[in-house]
Amino acid sequence: MTTALTQTVGLTRPKTTRFNANPIIRIVLMLLALSAMSGLAIITLFIFKEGVPIIAKVGFRHFLFSSNWYPLEGEFGIFSMIMGSLAVTAGAMVVGMVFGLGCAILLTQFCPPRWVSIIKPAIELLAGIPSVVYGFIGVAILVPFIRDYLGGPGLSVLASSIVLGVMTLPTITSISVDALQAVPRTYGEGSIALGATEWQTTYMVILKAARSGIVAAVILGMGRAIGETMAVIMVAGNTLDVPHSILDPVRTLTSNIALEMGYAAGDHRKALFATGVTLFVIIMILNTIALTVSRRRSKGKVLAK
Amino acid sequence: MTQVLDIDQIETTGGEGPKVLVRGFGAAFGGNEVLRGINLQIRPRERLAIIGPASSGKTTFLRSLNRLNDLEHSFSHSGRILLDGQDIQGSDMDVAELRRRVGMVYAVPIPLPWSIYDNIAYGPRLAGIRDRYHLDEIVESSLKGAILWDEVKDRLRTLATNLSGGQQQRLCLARVLALEPELLLLDEPCSGLDPISTAKIEDAMLELKRKYSIVLVTNNTKQAARASDRTAFFFMGQLVECGPTRQVFTNPANQRTSDYITGHFG
Repeated sequence: MTTALTQTVGLTRPKTTRFNANPIIRIVLMLLALSAMSGLAIITLFIFKEGVPIIAKVGFRHFLFSSNWYPLEGEFGIFSMIMGSLAVTAGAMVVGMVFGLGCAILLTQFCPPRWVSIIKPAIELLAGIPSVVYGFIGVAILVPFIRDYLGGPGLSVLASSIVLGVMTLPTITSISVDALQAVPRTYGEGSIALGATEWQTTYMVILKAARSGIVAAVILGMGRAIGETMAVIMVAGNTLDVPHSILDPVRTLTSNIALEMGYAAGDHRKALFATGVTLFVIIMILNTIALTVSRRRSKGKVLAK
Repeated sequence: MTQVLDIDQIETTGGEGPKVLVRGFGAAFGGNEVLRGINLQIRPRERLAIIGPASSGKTTFLRSLNRLNDLEHSFSHSGRILLDGQDIQGSDMDVAELRRRVGMVYAVPIPLPWSIYDNIAYGPRLAGIRDRYHLDEIVESSLKGAILWDEVKDRLRTLATNLSGGQQQRLCLARVLALEPELLLLDEPCSGLDPISTAKIEDAMLELKRKYSIVLVTNNTKQAARASDRTAFFFMGQLVECGPTRQVFTNPANQRTSDYITGHFG
Protein backbone atom coordinates (compact mmCIF):
# COMPACT_ATOMS: atom_id res chain seq x y z
CA MET A 1 0.00 0.00 0.00
CA THR A 2 2.64 2.49 1.02
CA THR A 3 5.02 1.53 -1.79
CA ALA A 4 2.25 1.92 -4.31
CA LEU A 5 1.56 5.35 -2.90
CA THR A 6 5.13 6.59 -3.22
CA GLN A 7 5.30 5.28 -6.75
CA THR A 8 2.21 7.14 -7.85
CA VAL A 9 3.22 10.35 -6.10
CA GLY A 10 6.64 9.98 -7.65
CA LEU A 11 9.84 10.58 -5.78
CA THR A 12 11.71 11.36 -8.99
CA ARG A 13 11.13 14.96 -9.84
CA PRO A 14 11.78 16.16 -13.40
CA LYS A 15 15.26 17.68 -13.58
CA THR A 16 15.33 21.45 -13.78
CA THR A 17 17.77 23.03 -16.16
CA ARG A 18 18.18 26.09 -14.00
CA PHE A 19 21.67 27.48 -13.54
CA ASN A 20 23.28 25.95 -10.46
CA ALA A 21 25.11 28.56 -8.37
CA ASN A 22 26.12 26.21 -5.57
CA PRO A 23 29.66 25.34 -6.75
CA ILE A 24 30.55 29.00 -7.25
CA ILE A 25 29.23 30.05 -3.87
CA ARG A 26 31.12 27.20 -2.31
CA ILE A 27 34.38 28.26 -3.93
CA VAL A 28 33.92 31.91 -2.93
CA LEU A 29 33.16 30.98 0.68
CA MET A 30 36.14 28.64 0.70
CA LEU A 31 38.42 31.44 -0.50
CA LEU A 32 37.10 33.81 2.15
CA ALA A 33 37.61 31.22 4.86
CA LEU A 34 41.12 30.50 3.63
CA SER A 35 42.06 34.18 3.55
CA ALA A 36 41.00 34.54 7.18
CA MET A 37 43.10 31.52 8.05
CA SER A 38 46.02 32.73 5.98
CA GLY A 39 46.02 35.92 8.06
CA LEU A 40 46.66 33.80 11.13
CA ALA A 41 49.26 31.75 9.29
CA ILE A 42 51.13 34.83 8.04
CA ILE A 43 51.23 36.47 11.47
CA THR A 44 52.44 33.24 13.01
CA LEU A 45 55.12 32.74 10.38
CA PHE A 46 56.26 36.34 10.63
CA ILE A 47 56.75 36.50 14.39
CA PHE A 48 58.34 33.06 14.44
CA LYS A 49 60.73 34.00 11.60
CA GLU A 50 61.73 37.21 13.37
CA GLY A 51 61.81 35.80 16.88
CA VAL A 52 63.07 32.25 16.78
CA PRO A 53 66.65 32.98 15.53
CA ILE A 54 67.36 35.27 18.47
CA ILE A 55 66.09 32.62 20.91
CA ALA A 56 68.52 30.19 19.32
CA LYS A 57 71.32 32.74 19.53
CA VAL A 58 70.75 33.62 23.19
CA GLY A 59 70.01 30.04 24.11
CA PHE A 60 66.55 28.67 24.70
CA ARG A 61 67.07 28.09 28.40
CA HIS A 62 68.75 31.41 28.99
CA PHE A 63 66.04 33.29 27.14
CA LEU A 64 63.17 31.72 29.07
CA PHE A 65 64.67 31.21 32.51
CA SER A 66 66.95 34.17 33.05
CA SER A 67 65.67 37.37 34.56
CA ASN A 68 68.47 39.50 33.12
CA TRP A 69 67.04 41.80 30.49
CA TYR A 70 69.78 44.23 29.47
CA PRO A 71 69.25 44.83 25.77
CA LEU A 72 72.25 47.15 25.43
CA GLU A 73 74.60 44.44 26.73
CA GLY A 74 72.92 41.76 24.68
CA GLU A 75 71.32 40.05 27.70
CA PHE A 76 67.83 38.86 26.83
CA GLY A 77 66.16 36.89 29.63
CA ILE A 78 62.42 37.21 29.97
CA PHE A 79 61.68 35.00 32.98
CA SER A 80 60.50 37.87 35.16
CA MET A 81 58.09 39.01 32.45
CA ILE A 82 56.69 35.52 31.96
CA MET A 83 56.08 35.35 35.69
CA GLY A 84 54.61 38.84 35.56
CA SER A 85 52.18 37.92 32.79
CA LEU A 86 51.12 34.71 34.51
CA ALA A 87 50.68 36.39 37.90
CA VAL A 88 48.63 39.24 36.49
CA THR A 89 46.51 36.89 34.37
CA ALA A 90 45.90 34.52 37.27
CA GLY A 91 44.89 37.43 39.46
CA ALA A 92 42.61 38.82 36.79
CA MET A 93 40.99 35.41 36.37
CA VAL A 94 40.26 35.20 40.09
CA VAL A 95 38.64 38.63 40.03
CA GLY A 96 36.85 38.01 36.73
CA MET A 97 35.55 34.58 37.66
CA VAL A 98 34.36 35.46 41.13
CA PHE A 99 32.52 38.55 39.99
CA GLY A 100 31.63 37.54 36.45
CA LEU A 101 30.40 34.06 37.25
CA GLY A 102 28.76 35.23 40.44
CA CYS A 103 26.93 37.89 38.52
CA ALA A 104 25.89 35.44 35.81
CA ILE A 105 24.53 32.98 38.37
CA LEU A 106 22.66 35.70 40.20
CA LEU A 107 21.18 37.06 36.98
CA THR A 108 20.05 33.72 35.59
CA GLN A 109 18.97 31.87 38.72
CA PHE A 110 17.88 34.26 41.40
CA CYS A 111 16.62 37.38 39.61
CA PRO A 112 13.38 38.27 37.90
CA PRO A 113 13.97 38.15 34.12
CA ARG A 114 13.44 41.90 33.84
CA TRP A 115 16.61 42.55 35.81
CA VAL A 116 18.63 40.51 33.35
CA SER A 117 17.50 42.67 30.48
CA ILE A 118 18.76 45.76 32.31
CA ILE A 119 21.90 44.53 34.02
CA LYS A 120 23.36 42.37 31.26
CA PRO A 121 23.58 45.17 28.66
CA ALA A 122 25.00 47.45 31.33
CA ILE A 123 27.80 44.98 32.00
CA GLU A 124 28.36 44.49 28.30
CA LEU A 125 28.84 48.26 27.97
CA LEU A 126 32.02 47.81 30.02
CA ALA A 127 33.54 46.25 26.91
CA GLY A 128 33.13 49.53 25.06
CA ILE A 129 35.34 51.54 27.43
CA PRO A 130 38.83 52.01 25.95
CA SER A 131 41.54 50.22 27.87
CA VAL A 132 43.45 53.42 28.44
CA VAL A 133 40.50 54.70 30.45
CA TYR A 134 40.67 51.64 32.65
CA GLY A 135 44.35 52.30 33.13
CA PHE A 136 43.67 55.92 33.94
CA ILE A 137 41.09 55.05 36.59
CA GLY A 138 43.49 52.44 37.95
CA VAL A 139 46.28 54.98 38.29
CA ALA A 140 44.07 57.73 39.65
CA ILE A 141 42.08 55.71 42.22
CA LEU A 142 43.21 52.13 42.67
CA VAL A 143 46.98 52.67 42.86
CA PRO A 144 46.88 55.37 45.56
CA PHE A 145 44.34 53.29 47.49
CA ILE A 146 46.60 50.22 47.47
CA ARG A 147 49.65 52.32 48.34
CA ASP A 148 47.94 53.98 51.27
CA TYR A 149 46.08 51.03 52.75
CA LEU A 150 48.06 47.93 51.79
CA GLY A 151 51.58 49.26 51.35
CA GLY A 152 54.11 48.92 48.57
CA PRO A 153 54.39 51.26 45.62
CA GLY A 154 50.75 50.82 44.63
CA LEU A 155 51.69 50.02 41.05
CA SER A 156 51.44 46.27 41.48
CA VAL A 157 50.21 42.81 40.53
CA LEU A 158 47.13 43.48 42.63
CA ALA A 159 46.26 46.73 40.84
CA SER A 160 46.72 45.14 37.41
CA SER A 161 44.72 42.07 38.42
CA ILE A 162 41.78 44.16 39.54
CA VAL A 163 41.85 46.39 36.46
CA LEU A 164 42.17 43.41 34.11
CA GLY A 165 39.57 41.47 36.06
CA VAL A 166 37.06 44.24 35.56
CA MET A 167 37.99 44.39 31.88
CA THR A 168 37.23 40.67 31.49
CA LEU A 169 33.88 40.99 33.30
CA PRO A 170 31.78 41.74 30.21
CA THR A 171 33.19 38.74 28.34
CA ILE A 172 32.90 36.31 31.22
CA THR A 173 29.51 37.53 32.42
CA SER A 174 27.79 37.74 29.10
CA ILE A 175 29.00 34.38 27.75
CA SER A 176 28.30 32.68 31.08
CA VAL A 177 24.79 34.14 31.15
CA ASP A 178 24.19 32.75 27.66
CA ALA A 179 25.55 29.36 28.70
CA LEU A 180 23.42 29.28 31.85
CA GLN A 181 20.30 30.38 29.99
CA ALA A 182 20.90 27.63 27.44
CA VAL A 183 20.47 24.97 30.15
CA PRO A 184 16.94 23.62 29.72
CA ARG A 185 14.62 25.13 32.33
CA THR A 186 13.29 21.66 32.97
CA TYR A 187 16.64 20.52 34.43
CA GLY A 188 16.31 23.03 37.22
CA GLU A 189 12.65 22.27 37.78
CA GLY A 190 13.27 18.54 37.80
CA SER A 191 15.93 18.99 40.42
CA ILE A 192 13.80 21.28 42.57
CA ALA A 193 10.89 18.85 42.36
CA LEU A 194 13.23 16.23 43.85
CA GLY A 195 13.65 18.29 46.97
CA ALA A 196 16.78 20.25 46.09
CA THR A 197 17.08 23.85 47.21
CA GLU A 198 17.68 26.50 44.57
CA TRP A 199 21.33 26.75 45.51
CA GLN A 200 21.83 22.96 45.39
CA THR A 201 20.15 22.93 42.01
CA THR A 202 22.34 25.71 40.69
CA TYR A 203 25.50 24.13 42.01
CA MET A 204 24.86 20.48 41.18
CA VAL A 205 22.74 20.68 38.04
CA ILE A 206 22.84 24.02 36.25
CA LEU A 207 26.53 24.81 36.60
CA LYS A 208 27.45 21.27 35.58
CA ALA A 209 25.27 21.41 32.50
CA ALA A 210 26.63 24.82 31.50
CA ARG A 211 30.24 23.89 32.19
CA SER A 212 31.54 23.93 28.63
CA GLY A 213 30.09 27.37 27.97
CA ILE A 214 31.51 28.73 31.20
CA VAL A 215 34.94 27.34 30.36
CA ALA A 216 34.73 29.05 26.99
CA ALA A 217 33.85 32.30 28.76
CA VAL A 218 36.83 32.01 31.05
CA ILE A 219 39.19 31.15 28.18
CA LEU A 220 38.08 34.18 26.21
CA GLY A 221 38.41 36.35 29.31
CA MET A 222 41.85 34.93 29.92
CA GLY A 223 42.84 35.71 26.35
CA ARG A 224 41.81 39.29 26.88
CA ALA A 225 43.66 39.54 30.20
CA ILE A 226 46.95 38.08 29.01
CA GLY A 227 46.93 40.11 25.81
CA GLU A 228 45.93 43.44 27.32
CA THR A 229 48.72 46.00 27.17
CA MET A 230 47.82 49.63 27.70
CA ALA A 231 45.95 49.37 30.99
CA VAL A 232 48.63 47.10 32.38
CA ILE A 233 51.48 49.41 31.44
CA MET A 234 49.76 52.17 33.37
CA VAL A 235 49.17 50.29 36.63
CA ALA A 236 51.74 47.47 36.79
CA GLY A 237 54.89 49.46 37.49
CA ASN A 238 56.91 47.72 34.74
CA THR A 239 59.98 46.82 36.81
CA LEU A 240 62.12 43.92 35.70
CA ASP A 241 61.96 41.76 38.84
CA VAL A 242 60.15 38.53 39.49
CA PRO A 243 57.25 39.53 41.78
CA HIS A 244 57.31 38.04 45.26
CA SER A 245 54.02 39.37 46.55
CA ILE A 246 50.88 40.74 44.99
CA LEU A 247 51.98 44.21 46.06
CA ASP A 248 55.18 44.09 43.96
CA PRO A 249 55.35 45.88 40.63
CA VAL A 250 55.76 43.73 37.51
CA ARG A 251 56.32 43.95 33.80
CA THR A 252 54.30 41.70 31.52
CA LEU A 253 55.34 40.30 28.13
CA THR A 254 52.96 42.60 26.31
CA SER A 255 54.10 45.69 28.19
CA ASN A 256 57.69 44.83 27.38
CA ILE A 257 56.98 44.78 23.66
CA ALA A 258 54.94 47.97 23.74
CA LEU A 259 57.39 49.90 25.91
CA GLU A 260 60.53 49.09 23.96
CA MET A 261 59.45 48.54 20.36
CA GLY A 262 59.65 52.26 19.64
CA TYR A 263 63.41 52.49 19.95
CA ALA A 264 64.60 48.90 19.62
CA ALA A 265 66.88 47.87 16.77
CA GLY A 266 68.86 44.81 15.76
CA ASP A 267 68.94 41.95 18.26
CA HIS A 268 66.90 43.97 20.73
CA ARG A 269 64.10 44.26 18.19
CA LYS A 270 64.31 40.57 17.42
CA ALA A 271 64.21 39.76 21.11
CA LEU A 272 60.94 41.64 21.34
CA PHE A 273 59.56 39.47 18.55
CA ALA A 274 60.77 36.47 20.51
CA THR A 275 58.81 37.83 23.47
CA GLY A 276 55.79 37.80 21.19
CA VAL A 277 56.51 34.19 20.22
CA THR A 278 56.61 33.25 23.90
CA LEU A 279 53.30 35.00 24.54
CA PHE A 280 51.79 33.20 21.57
CA VAL A 281 52.92 29.81 22.84
CA ILE A 282 51.73 30.52 26.40
CA ILE A 283 48.26 31.45 25.19
CA MET A 284 48.10 28.27 23.10
CA ILE A 285 49.15 26.15 26.08
CA LEU A 286 46.66 27.78 28.46
CA ASN A 287 43.81 27.36 25.98
CA THR A 288 44.65 23.72 25.37
CA ILE A 289 44.87 22.98 29.08
CA ALA A 290 41.56 24.67 29.81
CA LEU A 291 39.82 22.83 26.99
CA THR A 292 41.16 19.38 27.83
CA VAL A 293 40.49 19.78 31.53
CA SER A 294 36.87 20.71 30.91
CA ARG A 295 36.42 17.85 28.45
CA ARG A 296 38.00 15.26 30.66
CA ARG A 297 35.88 16.35 33.63
CA SER A 298 32.60 16.17 31.81
CA LYS A 299 33.45 12.69 30.55
CA GLY A 300 34.87 11.51 33.85
CA LYS A 301 31.74 12.37 35.81
CA VAL A 302 29.69 9.94 33.80
CA LEU A 303 32.11 7.04 33.93
CA ALA A 304 33.54 7.48 37.41
CA LYS A 305 31.87 6.85 40.76
CA MET B 1 -20.95 27.60 37.02
CA THR B 2 -21.28 28.72 40.62
CA GLN B 3 -22.36 25.42 41.99
CA VAL B 4 -19.39 23.23 42.75
CA LEU B 5 -20.19 19.65 43.43
CA ASP B 6 -18.09 18.21 46.18
CA ILE B 7 -19.06 14.65 46.81
CA ASP B 8 -16.14 14.35 49.19
CA GLN B 9 -17.97 16.37 51.77
CA ILE B 10 -20.83 13.94 51.78
CA GLU B 11 -18.82 10.76 51.54
CA THR B 12 -17.21 9.32 54.62
CA THR B 13 -13.53 8.54 54.47
CA GLY B 14 -13.50 5.70 56.96
CA GLY B 15 -11.17 5.73 59.95
CA GLU B 16 -8.27 7.49 58.25
CA GLY B 17 -8.24 11.21 57.52
CA PRO B 18 -7.56 12.46 54.00
CA LYS B 19 -3.98 12.60 52.79
CA VAL B 20 -4.54 15.97 51.22
CA LEU B 21 -7.35 18.38 51.90
CA VAL B 22 -7.84 21.27 49.51
CA ARG B 23 -10.09 24.06 50.72
CA GLY B 24 -11.20 26.99 48.60
CA PHE B 25 -7.97 26.97 46.64
CA GLY B 26 -7.49 29.55 43.91
CA ALA B 27 -4.44 30.40 41.83
CA ALA B 28 -3.43 33.17 39.47
CA PHE B 29 -0.46 34.14 37.31
CA GLY B 30 -0.28 37.90 37.31
CA GLY B 31 -3.86 39.05 36.83
CA ASN B 32 -4.82 35.87 35.07
CA GLU B 33 -6.95 33.65 37.29
CA VAL B 34 -6.25 29.98 36.58
CA LEU B 35 -7.97 28.17 39.45
CA ARG B 36 -10.98 29.18 41.51
CA GLY B 37 -12.56 27.77 44.65
CA ILE B 38 -11.22 24.23 44.45
CA ASN B 39 -12.44 21.90 47.21
CA LEU B 40 -11.06 18.41 47.01
CA GLN B 41 -9.54 15.66 49.02
CA ILE B 42 -7.04 12.99 48.19
CA ARG B 43 -7.27 9.86 50.26
CA PRO B 44 -4.55 7.55 51.43
CA ARG B 45 -3.66 4.87 48.88
CA GLU B 46 -5.99 5.89 46.11
CA ARG B 47 -5.45 6.82 42.50
CA LEU B 48 -7.20 10.06 41.72
CA ALA B 49 -7.43 10.98 38.06
CA ILE B 50 -7.86 14.60 37.03
CA ILE B 51 -9.35 15.12 33.60
CA GLY B 52 -10.47 18.20 31.73
CA PRO B 53 -9.93 20.13 28.51
CA ALA B 54 -6.78 22.14 27.80
CA SER B 55 -6.16 25.16 30.06
CA SER B 56 -8.65 23.96 32.64
CA GLY B 57 -6.05 24.34 35.40
CA LYS B 58 -5.19 20.66 35.88
CA THR B 59 -1.45 21.11 35.74
CA THR B 60 -1.48 24.29 37.81
CA PHE B 61 -3.42 22.42 40.47
CA LEU B 62 -0.92 19.57 40.42
CA ARG B 63 2.01 21.93 40.64
CA SER B 64 0.37 23.67 43.57
CA LEU B 65 0.47 20.46 45.57
CA ASN B 66 4.28 20.53 45.77
CA ARG B 67 4.55 24.31 45.50
CA LEU B 68 6.37 24.15 42.19
CA ASN B 69 4.38 27.18 41.07
CA ASP B 70 6.36 29.22 43.58
CA LEU B 71 9.13 29.29 40.96
CA GLU B 72 7.00 31.64 38.87
CA HIS B 73 7.42 35.17 40.09
CA SER B 74 3.91 36.17 39.07
CA PHE B 75 2.18 33.30 40.90
CA SER B 76 -0.29 34.03 43.67
CA HIS B 77 -2.82 31.83 45.44
CA SER B 78 -5.70 31.83 47.88
CA GLY B 79 -7.26 29.14 50.03
CA ARG B 80 -5.48 26.31 51.76
CA ILE B 81 -3.93 22.95 51.00
CA LEU B 82 -3.39 20.64 53.95
CA LEU B 83 -1.03 17.68 53.74
CA ASP B 84 -1.73 15.37 56.68
CA GLY B 85 -3.47 18.30 58.30
CA GLN B 86 -0.48 20.62 57.92
CA ASP B 87 -0.79 23.74 55.76
CA ILE B 88 1.79 23.39 52.97
CA GLN B 89 1.93 27.15 52.54
CA GLY B 90 2.61 27.59 56.26
CA SER B 91 5.77 29.30 57.40
CA ASP B 92 6.86 26.19 59.31
CA MET B 93 6.78 24.08 56.14
CA ASP B 94 10.19 23.23 54.69
CA VAL B 95 9.64 23.47 50.94
CA ALA B 96 12.47 21.09 50.02
CA GLU B 97 11.08 18.57 52.51
CA LEU B 98 7.57 19.04 51.08
CA ARG B 99 8.86 18.30 47.58
CA ARG B 100 10.48 15.14 48.85
CA ARG B 101 7.17 14.04 50.35
CA VAL B 102 5.21 15.00 47.26
CA GLY B 103 6.99 13.53 44.24
CA MET B 104 6.25 14.62 40.70
CA VAL B 105 6.64 13.10 37.24
CA TYR B 106 6.34 15.37 34.23
CA ALA B 107 4.71 14.93 30.85
CA VAL B 108 8.07 15.12 29.13
CA PRO B 109 10.72 12.97 30.81
CA ILE B 110 13.67 15.07 31.87
CA PRO B 111 16.51 12.89 33.06
CA LEU B 112 19.39 15.00 34.26
CA PRO B 113 22.46 14.63 32.02
CA TRP B 114 24.16 12.06 34.25
CA SER B 115 24.26 8.29 34.58
CA ILE B 116 21.14 6.30 35.39
CA TYR B 117 22.51 5.59 38.85
CA ASP B 118 23.30 9.22 39.62
CA ASN B 119 19.89 10.32 38.44
CA ILE B 120 18.17 8.10 40.96
CA ALA B 121 20.67 8.61 43.75
CA TYR B 122 20.44 12.40 43.39
CA GLY B 123 17.35 12.85 45.57
CA PRO B 124 18.49 10.51 48.35
CA ARG B 125 21.93 12.14 48.30
CA LEU B 126 20.29 15.54 48.73
CA ALA B 127 18.35 14.12 51.63
CA GLY B 128 21.68 13.26 53.22
CA ILE B 129 22.10 9.57 52.43
CA ARG B 130 25.79 8.92 51.75
CA ASP B 131 26.18 5.20 52.44
CA ARG B 132 27.00 3.35 49.20
CA TYR B 133 25.17 0.14 50.01
CA HIS B 134 22.12 1.99 51.13
CA LEU B 135 22.15 4.01 47.91
CA ASP B 136 22.62 0.84 45.83
CA GLU B 137 19.60 -0.64 47.56
CA ILE B 138 17.49 2.44 46.95
CA VAL B 139 18.44 2.55 43.28
CA GLU B 140 17.57 -1.10 42.80
CA SER B 141 14.23 -0.98 44.60
CA SER B 142 13.20 2.26 42.89
CA LEU B 143 14.00 0.89 39.46
CA LYS B 144 12.06 -2.26 40.31
CA GLY B 145 9.15 -0.15 41.49
CA ALA B 146 9.09 1.63 38.14
CA ILE B 147 9.43 -1.69 36.25
CA LEU B 148 12.71 -0.63 34.70
CA TRP B 149 15.28 -2.67 36.64
CA ASP B 150 15.49 -5.62 34.27
CA GLU B 151 16.12 -3.37 31.29
CA VAL B 152 18.91 -1.29 32.78
CA LYS B 153 20.51 -3.32 35.58
CA ASP B 154 23.63 -3.98 33.49
CA ARG B 155 24.20 -0.38 32.48
CA LEU B 156 23.49 1.76 35.51
CA ARG B 157 26.60 3.83 34.80
CA THR B 158 25.62 4.85 31.30
CA LEU B 159 24.03 8.17 30.46
CA ALA B 160 20.35 8.32 31.31
CA THR B 161 19.71 10.55 28.30
CA ASN B 162 20.54 7.62 26.01
CA LEU B 163 17.49 5.66 27.17
CA SER B 164 14.38 5.51 25.02
CA GLY B 165 11.48 7.85 25.77
CA GLY B 166 9.44 5.24 27.61
CA GLN B 167 12.44 4.16 29.65
CA GLN B 168 13.27 7.77 30.47
CA GLN B 169 9.76 8.28 31.77
CA ARG B 170 10.03 5.23 34.00
CA LEU B 171 13.45 6.46 35.10
CA CYS B 172 11.83 9.72 36.18
CA LEU B 173 9.25 7.71 38.07
CA ALA B 174 12.01 5.67 39.72
CA ARG B 175 13.82 8.87 40.61
CA VAL B 176 10.77 10.08 42.48
CA LEU B 177 10.20 6.69 44.15
CA ALA B 178 13.75 6.82 45.49
CA LEU B 179 12.58 9.58 47.81
CA GLU B 180 9.77 7.38 49.16
CA PRO B 181 7.18 10.10 48.73
CA GLU B 182 3.79 9.97 50.39
CA LEU B 183 1.98 11.47 47.46
CA LEU B 184 2.82 10.91 43.82
CA LEU B 185 1.87 13.49 41.21
CA LEU B 186 1.84 12.34 37.59
CA ASP B 187 1.36 15.05 34.98
CA GLU B 188 0.26 13.29 31.80
CA PRO B 189 3.01 10.74 32.28
CA CYS B 190 2.05 8.76 29.19
CA SER B 191 1.35 11.55 26.71
CA GLY B 192 4.39 10.79 24.58
CA LEU B 193 4.58 7.06 25.09
CA ASP B 194 3.72 3.99 23.09
CA PRO B 195 0.98 1.64 24.38
CA ILE B 196 3.43 -0.86 25.85
CA SER B 197 5.29 1.78 27.87
CA THR B 198 1.94 3.22 28.90
CA ALA B 199 0.80 -0.19 30.12
CA LYS B 200 4.02 -0.55 32.11
CA ILE B 201 3.48 2.80 33.80
CA GLU B 202 -0.12 1.91 34.58
CA ASP B 203 1.02 -1.43 36.02
CA ALA B 204 3.54 0.40 38.14
CA MET B 205 0.79 2.74 39.38
CA LEU B 206 -1.39 -0.16 40.43
CA GLU B 207 1.51 -1.60 42.38
CA LEU B 208 2.48 1.75 43.91
CA LYS B 209 -1.04 2.45 45.07
CA ARG B 210 -0.45 0.01 47.92
CA LYS B 211 1.93 2.50 49.50
CA TYR B 212 1.21 5.92 48.04
CA SER B 213 -1.60 8.23 47.09
CA ILE B 214 -1.41 8.97 43.40
CA VAL B 215 -2.77 11.94 41.49
CA LEU B 216 -2.84 11.40 37.75
CA VAL B 217 -3.49 14.27 35.38
CA THR B 218 -4.38 12.92 31.98
CA ASN B 219 -5.85 14.05 28.69
CA ASN B 220 -6.69 10.49 27.91
CA THR B 221 -10.14 9.80 29.36
CA LYS B 222 -9.73 6.11 28.66
CA GLN B 223 -6.65 6.04 30.79
CA ALA B 224 -8.50 7.82 33.58
CA ALA B 225 -11.28 5.26 33.32
CA ARG B 226 -9.00 2.25 33.56
CA ALA B 227 -6.25 3.47 35.88
CA SER B 228 -7.95 5.40 38.66
CA ASP B 229 -10.20 4.88 41.66
CA ARG B 230 -11.76 8.30 41.64
CA THR B 231 -11.95 10.95 38.96
CA ALA B 232 -12.15 14.73 39.17
CA PHE B 233 -13.28 16.81 36.21
CA PHE B 234 -11.81 20.30 35.91
CA PHE B 235 -13.26 22.90 33.59
CA MET B 236 -12.23 26.54 33.17
CA GLY B 237 -10.32 26.57 36.43
CA GLN B 238 -13.09 25.04 38.49
CA LEU B 239 -13.79 21.60 39.85
CA VAL B 240 -17.00 20.50 38.19
CA GLU B 241 -17.36 17.04 39.58
CA CYS B 242 -15.45 14.51 41.63
CA GLY B 243 -16.47 10.97 42.45
CA PRO B 244 -15.73 7.28 42.05
CA THR B 245 -14.39 6.74 38.54
CA ARG B 246 -17.09 4.28 37.57
CA GLN B 247 -19.80 6.69 38.61
CA VAL B 248 -18.23 9.68 36.88
CA PHE B 249 -17.89 7.75 33.66
CA THR B 250 -21.21 5.93 33.65
CA ASN B 251 -23.50 8.31 35.43
CA PRO B 252 -21.96 11.77 35.69
CA ALA B 253 -23.82 14.26 37.84
CA ASN B 254 -23.02 17.20 35.61
CA GLN B 255 -23.94 17.71 31.96
CA ARG B 256 -20.53 19.20 31.10
CA THR B 257 -18.76 16.14 32.50
CA SER B 258 -20.91 13.93 30.39
CA ASP B 259 -20.26 16.09 27.30
CA TYR B 260 -16.52 15.98 27.85
CA ILE B 261 -16.36 12.25 28.45
CA THR B 262 -18.44 11.45 25.44
CA GLY B 263 -16.30 13.73 23.32
CA HIS B 264 -18.75 16.55 22.58
CA PHE B 265 -16.09 19.14 23.39
CA GLY B 266 -12.51 19.39 24.65
